[in-house]
Amino acid sequence: MFDLHGYGEQLLLGVIVTLELAFVSLFFGVLFGILGASAKLSSSRALSVPVSIFTNLMRGVPEFVIILVSYFGLTNLLTSIAGSYVEIDPFVAGVFALSLVFSSYASENFRGAFLAVPKGQLEAARAYGMSRPQIFLRIHLPQAWRFALPSLNNQWQSLLKDTSLISVIGLEDLMRKAMIASQVTKNPFTFYVATAVVYFVLLAISVPLFRALEKRANRGVRRN
Amino acid sequence: MFSWITDYSDLVTDNWQGYADGLWITVQLMVISTVAGFLLAIPLSLARVSSNPLFAWPAFAYSAAFRGTPLLVQIFLFYYGLPQFDAVRNSIFWPFLRDAVPCALVVLSFNLAAYFAEVLRGGIMAVPEGEKEAARSLGMTPALTYRRIIMPRAIGIMLPSLSNEVVQQLKGTALVSTITVLDMTGVARRLAAKSYTSEPLILAGILYIILTYLVSRLFKVFERHLNAYQIR
Repeated sequence: MFDLHGYGEQLLLGVIVTLELAFVSLFFGVLFGILGASAKLSSSRALSVPVSIFTNLMRGVPEFVIILVSYFGLTNLLTSIAGSYVEIDPFVAGVFALSLVFSSYASENFRGAFLAVPKGQLEAARAYGMSRPQIFLRIHLPQAWRFALPSLNNQWQSLLKDTSLISVIGLEDLMRKAMIASQVTKNPFTFYVATAVVYFVLLAISVPLFRALEKRANRGVRRN
Repeated sequence: MFSWITDYSDLVTDNWQGYADGLWITVQLMVISTVAGFLLAIPLSLARVSSNPLFAWPAFAYSAAFRGTPLLVQIFLFYYGLPQFDAVRNSIFWPFLRDAVPCALVVLSFNLAAYFAEVLRGGIMAVPEGEKEAARSLGMTPALTYRRIIMPRAIGIMLPSLSNEVVQQLKGTALVSTITVLDMTGVARRLAAKSYTSEPLILAGILYIILTYLVSRLFKVFERHLNAYQIR
């Protein structure tokens, strides 16, 4: 049953694309998640209200629809700007859509995490004469990170699973390779089971990785 | 400048029937799979907390398998993968799995059951020990304790999480458009492909936002009803 008919190498190439997509989306997702959380916590209502409304709305739309809109919408937008037909790379559209989804959820997690850092810490930092960027990078973010990690783990699991949807807009990721191999070899069950196993293993590997990250983030915390 | 408003109003007036049909399919998929998933999740969660490994392990494996793989892979595995076997094509389940809509319903229900079971397991463990002891000291059998005390309390405690899972499920139904089901996303994709614009998809997105809002409101009402004793 686990004869991959010579498509093993193709699947492996697909895994690399899947991981690239997941990591690049994770990077931008975390970045925009932090920026979004900062905007939500801003004292300027002109900044906090629109960002809150936007992320709330985003969380009500299926990931798949966001991906489709990103792909076709960005293609149309670029075409109308350039004046001639421009097709956007599915990888770029995928990163755009997945980091948008990720940051919509992550901004809420980071908001809670930033609020969970004791106020005295920030006051102490100010009393030491640290500048605002210094306070943020040295005191606020490292401590908020500790509170945000468990939910980021959940978001990462969803993100990795959602990368499979980008295959529908033509990215040659693991899922797409499996579709092609299924059609050619007429053995869809074999290839979709193999694909499911690969996703399962990737997700299983990331559990101890996140545990290690959490351990590192919590190294300054006294345990009873 | 406001041409986009007429774009959307034309889209609605020309295609409202299509959207209504798609919406109806989406709602049916969500409601039926939620009910089926919930019914499956109750025995699953009980097996999960069982001290007998013969029950606990298969339930754990089931949850891990469905939660550890993408829904899209599961849908393709059931819809395109299973017919590879003659045994499946000759079985009594074939008339059911052959069509996209029933097949999608099966996968969505199995998938949601795994997530629900994990939530319910958390709920069962969160029921205060004193309540279980009180039930036992009143002479209730374990089965009666589960039916009258533990499960209702577990569901009440976990209602907000269950509500999140239902919203996720609603969003997950959009994937059935990949196996030719004309749900709301399917209808919007077809219109978008015909007109080379993304407005039909954006309109679907707006309708999904309204739907998720309604679902979470419904659960809030439900929560107030089930946890009435907590409201001051």
